Amino acid sequence: MTDTPRLSLHVPEPEVRPGDTPDFSNVAIPRAGSVPRPEVDADPKSMRDLAYSIIRVLNRQGEAVGPWAGTLTNEELLEGLRDMMTLRTFDARMQTAQRQGKTSFYMQHMGEEAVSCAFRKALLPGDMNFPTYRQAGLLIAGGYPLVDMMNQIYSNEADPLKGRQLPIMYSSREHGFFSISGNLGTQFVQAVGWGMASAIKGDTKIAVGWIGDGSTAESDFHAALVFASTYRAPVVLNIVNNQWAISTFQGIARGGSGTFAARGLGFGLPTLRVDGNDYLAVHAVAKWAVERARRNLGPTLVEYVTYRVGAHSTSDDPSAYRPKTESEAWPLGDPVIRLKNHLIVQGVWSEERHKQTEAEILDVVITAQKEAEKHGTLHAGGKPSARDMFEGVYAEMPAHLRRQRQQAGV
Amino acid sequence: MARMTMIEAIRDAMDVCMGLDENVVVFGEDVGYFGGVFRCTHGLQQKYGRSRCFDTPISELGIVGVAVGMAAYGLRPCVEMQFADYVYPAYDQIVSEVARIRYRSAGQFTCPIVIRMPTGGGIFGGQTHSQSPEALFTHVAGLKVVVPSNPQDAKGLLIASIEDPDPVIFLEPKRLYNGPFDGHHDRPVTPWSKHESGEVEAGRTVTPLGKAVVRRAGSAVTVLAYGTMVHVALAAAEDAGIDAEVIDLRTLVPLDLDAIVASVRKTGRCVVVHEATLTSGFGAELAALVQEHCFHSLEAPIARVTGWDTPYPHAQEWDYFPGPARVGRALIETMEA
Repeated sequence: MTDTPRLSLHVPEPEVRPGDTPDFSNVAIPRAGSVPRPEVDADPKSMRDLAYSIIRVLNRQGEAVGPWAGTLTNEELLEGLRDMMTLRTFDARMQTAQRQGKTSFYMQHMGEEAVSCAFRKALLPGDMNFPTYRQAGLLIAGGYPLVDMMNQIYSNEADPLKGRQLPIMYSSREHGFFSISGNLGTQFVQAVGWGMASAIKGDTKIAVGWIGDGSTAESDFHAALVFASTYRAPVVLNIVNNQWAISTFQGIARGGSGTFAARGLGFGLPTLRVDGNDYLAVHAVAKWAVERARRNLGPTLVEYVTYRVGAHSTSDDPSAYRPKTESEAWPLGDPVIRLKNHLIVQGVWSEERHKQTEAEILDVVITAQKEAEKHGTLHAGGKPSARDMFEGVYAEMPAHLRRQRQQAGV
Repeated sequence: MARMTMIEAIRDAMDVCMGLDENVVVFGEDVGYFGGVFRCTHGLQQKYGRSRCFDTPISELGIVGVAVGMAAYGLRPCVEMQFADYVYPAYDQIVSEVARIRYRSAGQFTCPIVIRMPTGGGIFGGQTHSQSPEALFTHVAGLKVVVPSNPQDAKGLLIASIEDPDPVIFLEPKRLYNGPFDGHHDRPVTPWSKHESGEVEAGRTVTPLGKAVVRRAGSAVTVLAYGTMVHVALAAAEDAGIDAEVIDLRTLVPLDLDAIVASVRKTGRCVVVHEATLTSGFGAELAALVQEHCFHSLEAPIARVTGWDTPYPHAQEWDYFPGPARVGRALIETMEA
């Protein structure tokens, strides 16, 4: 009775912390082109290995190789490169605008541009995304005007959301982009409901749910997987694993399951894991999962393995919890550079044209910014009316809100 | 007019709405094949098919979460929480999502869903089958909150709720499902089938949200009540021999303040009654509104008769429940104050 060992609590820790040398040697990176591509209607049981591998198309030489290659033309890839470059430039300008006090808050995508930009290209008009705060690529690649995004970020008089939402919490029904919550995880199960509705109505549209690695720990994630698998909802469920949930490394949410993708196996879902910094691989996987949903074959769970190069938000400083040079050591590289190199190898792009395009995009973004700033920024110029604060709580304003509006004197 | 139980009236309301609008869908735990543990959805799956009335996994968060997505698509989900006591896993979806979708998307997306749930005690349901959580919803901007007290209202208010462009929390006092229980737990309850208030209009009958009704006209004191407590208040006025004016609020948000003010200005006295716990209960809001709007008419302090600030007990149900004796005492004290 005295030989019973004392219990101890296991609290996972990342391999390295500030001051240490970054080390990703534990991240197994399969060779590009080495992961098989199952038929879209294949039995999920036949592809369980894919939850533990990483689908990659672009190799180190910038060539597109293997069974997942070939879903996009060079012309489409050039457009994709432009989308990612636009998002990166947009982020840089808005990050600076926040530092200049033109808005309260910003969240950038540095390193994760391929995920939302490439995924968007696999969707059809009418499909609906239920995004998190780090999928603005869905809007940019979907043709949403930059100036409208900025108006929202500035909460100015032209803000489509009338100043009610935190910056970057966009909403555009027309562009298949559901209103961002900010309460993590809630959208994941809502996407399943949207897909179920489309199936109930005998429609042809599909839904896409988005969640981060950290938020998979929320109950909404579990509920989404239960409902998606039970009703075989036409939905693609995307986990963007950027390694960090603010200061918490992904091992805290992942626990013992090995990968986030593996969470789908217990639900009988086809579950893919993909190089999130490989524009071609992201698109190929998106196309596969979207087709599966569209053909009424049910939901797919996808984990995008990527890295959050920047801070979580303008309120965060990653040097407090991870090595400063960690992003440089990230083994999957930079999505913009990788696609650029591929297009150079293809003979349709060059360093000069890239630089020239960078300048063109900067010009486009600055023009949009000037246009937006004519309508005001958070603390200067035109702003939404205080009266508007009371509108839209209900379809019709009830008496108690009319009284309060009167009291507020607006 | 046919007589119906409140259960039949609620079922009839969903039947009418599903018949009129293909976008109305009904789902929840045990709601499909079996027709609900209280039988409120009995026969709907058979009539409208499995894709419009179906069983769900035991996940209140999931039920409400998928309803939000469905509403964004354009459907009108009317979902059931098996007991109001089980709604808490869905609370984040209700507070942060359901209530705010219209506002935060500037009307691009809306959330016209109804969340039905049996509420209140009186059935020896203990802590987990007896609660009255209405104040947790009245506190949330963007929600409407409805509590019917008889079959006709249950039907009319539920149809109004399903047709409403905004989300509605629809609390069904389960002790009233079969008859107008007035708190005299030692006496038999007349079933709705033998009660004149069991009469329910056929077809699409709508009771507008935000309209209270005077159940008993009187001149001595105003009683503000809803759900089961309407019947308790009527019994208390009768037992105590006080000419009380009993107002059935029917809708807590939006609230019919005009009806309340008109009555209290006439009587000069006010007793607020609810089954939920006292502190921060909806009665606090009612008392505050009455003093703001009727201060110069008040001849006595506003009294509140409510459940005690304890979890809902099992064996001590009738010590907890604010029955006609406690309400009657409050009426007398308010008259003597």
